[in-house]
Amino acid sequence: MSKLPLRARIATSIGGAAGRMSRIAGRGDGSVIGGVLSLRVEPELLRLLAAGRQVVLVTGTNGKTTTTRLITAGLGALGQDVASNAFGANMEAGIASALGRSPNAPYAVLETDERYLPAMIETTRPKVVVLLNLSRDQMDRAAEIWLTARRWRQALAAATDCMVVANADDPLIAWAASSAAQVTWVAAGQRWHEDSWCCPECGAHLRRDDLGWRCGECGFDRPATRWVLSGDSVIDASGEVHELQLALPGRANRSNAVVALAVAGYFGASVEQSLPRLREVRSVAGRYTQVQRQGRLVRLLLAKNPAGWLEAFDVLAPSPVPVLLGVNARGPDGKDTSWLWDVDYRVLRGRPVYISGERRIDLAVRLEADEVPFELVEGIDDAIGRVSGSELDVIANYTAFQHIRAILGRAQ
Amino acid sequence: MTDRVGRHAAAAPDHIETVILPAQDGNGLAAHEGGDWRPQGRHASGQPGATAAGALARTADGPVPSHGGGPAVDVRPQQRPASGRDSALRLIWVYPDLLSTYGDRGNLLVLTRRAALRGIKVEAVELSSDQAVPTQGDIYLLGGGEDLPQILAARRLHADGGLSAAAAHGAVLFAVCAGYQLIGAKFGGVDGEPIEGLGILDISSGRGERRGVGELVADTDPALSVPRLTGFENHQGVTRIGPGARPLAAVSLGVGNGDGTEGAYAGKVLGTYLHGPALARNPGLADLLLSWVVGRLQPLDPQDEEWAGQLRAERLSAVGSPVAGA
Repeated sequence: MSKLPLRARIATSIGGAAGRMSRIAGRGDGSVIGGVLSLRVEPELLRLLAAGRQVVLVTGTNGKTTTTRLITAGLGALGQDVASNAFGANMEAGIASALGRSPNAPYAVLETDERYLPAMIETTRPKVVVLLNLSRDQMDRAAEIWLTARRWRQALAAATDCMVVANADDPLIAWAASSAAQVTWVAAGQRWHEDSWCCPECGAHLRRDDLGWRCGECGFDRPATRWVLSGDSVIDASGEVHELQLALPGRANRSNAVVALAVAGYFGASVEQSLPRLREVRSVAGRYTQVQRQGRLVRLLLAKNPAGWLEAFDVLAPSPVPVLLGVNARGPDGKDTSWLWDVDYRVLRGRPVYISGERRIDLAVRLEADEVPFELVEGIDDAIGRVSGSELDVIANYTAFQHIRAILGRAQ
Repeated sequence: MTDRVGRHAAAAPDHIETVILPAQDGNGLAAHEGGDWRPQGRHASGQPGATAAGALARTADGPVPSHGGGPAVDVRPQQRPASGRDSALRLIWVYPDLLSTYGDRGNLLVLTRRAALRGIKVEAVELSSDQAVPTQGDIYLLGGGEDLPQILAARRLHADGGLSAAAAHGAVLFAVCAGYQLIGAKFGGVDGEPIEGLGILDISSGRGERRGVGELVADTDPALSVPRLTGFENHQGVTRIGPGARPLAAVSLGVGNGDGTEGAYAGKVLGTYLHGPALARNPGLADLLLSWVVGRLQPLDPQDEEWAGQLRAERLSAVGSPVAGA
């Protein structure tokens, strides 16, 4: 905002310049490095940059980047600028950088890492906090899921001015949100149940049926919802049905879109106004990108954890379209590859499967156990070279995905 | 020691066939105090007949190690029908709804695969925490999990009694991380407070100062003839081993129990902090558990072991610990 004190404006300019240099040098999109520099000059920068804006924080294990993008698109219907950390830099530095780039935007939609949500709520005083889902992810880096939910619960109890938009179909999310003063409940669905068999309130085994989930012992059960994903449609808060017809594929993205519509609705944008803009989103930070390479159409899907892989399989082109799987285990991926055994790979039987990445041998042992035949390849071009048809789907985890994107030239 | 462990250690029924294992060197004794011991020489990797693994085959109930002056370890009365090649091997995964955060399903899949490759039929059951624990299983698996589910699992298993009964009757129990801790006398709760465990294995755990996260390499007790262990640990627990159990392995890289050892075992109960999952990274360990049920195992075709072998080699060389033996 132009009313920033001089020191903060200098900090933002320095950060902005560094970000541009980083992009020109071809090292990432420059969001994080720009932000880090800014914060050293003015530690309160983030608080200042957020002040006076309508802030939306978006968090959860999967879908943050896509939902942030969809909300940003939806809010565009209101005719004003929206700041956002669109490339997925979701910790303090990346957020500061995003806000610094759009100093006059009255809205800010900020993807937020699960561990940083309480601090971000405190610093940015958001109008809306979006809770998508919680499941196991990078077990060597992440705090335990239940502890994360508990911290959110405590932070939200204190943020009395905030509206929470939460997925009622995820018991951990419902529990985290239930301390908040205002909640808009969305029936966004849940396919991955393995982290919510246990009631977050009392620990008893949760029962699930067509009506949803409920605890047999303590009465904690799925709240009634105002927005509902129903097949390919959304039922909005007034009960009207709209077909989604998104460009983004798969159930998880329909779920993210319903959440985005609920947020846009809170700010006064109707479904008729915001849904057309959601339909224009074709790829998000490289995900779902389709690239022509060596005469084949290559589609990139990101999957970072078991719940994410389950959704990625949902999106694959039908067999016999081949698939390349890429798995690394660097810091950002989580260094422990045990999670591979929580993914059911049997769905891949019957199509050619190529495996690559630094931990492809772990993947080999995994696929062998699921009786999925595979071929080891050196990388994306090696895989493309072996494909006989015209298409190749690629599912890779975080750094493996970035590596493939870099090779394919960051096509967007 | 809880009453359960005490009862096991005291019994020495005379209908158990005592098995003399190949002579151990002096390090075998040091293992009891949890001191620093390193196995001497190389491990044979599952060559049948020539090693302790072959010796194990002579009793249906598992090893009764003879190691000099220490107390007898976990002699179990033979009260259950031996599960051999005629009947299906009953595999029970206990409470995956509470304890399965670290790819623990993989241990089930690896055991099932390695049994099936030998023509052994497997019946696998996933037992949720609101179901009674059957006592007629052959191998029980307990996985890893978060603090609260670990406490809930311990409480329910204690109230149910089936797992303790099965272990007392000679079933194989393989427990990982949170599961490993809770079968001991006690373990640390959400804020580190002591929680009563099942007392099946003579260990006691608490919360340590630092988190042990990373690749772990450890040399297994020579009595078990399992090749060098490799895996990934992720825990803040510290585990002390009592006289009624032995360390599973001596740590070469990583933290493990916290005193230079990793894991613990007694009779057919074996626990470890290793993820990976443990049996995917250490097929020799999977074969040990299977052999405790069915006796001597046929070796697998090399092509069925190729990928697991490559993984072991890759992981060991990634941390600068070349494969010893196999």
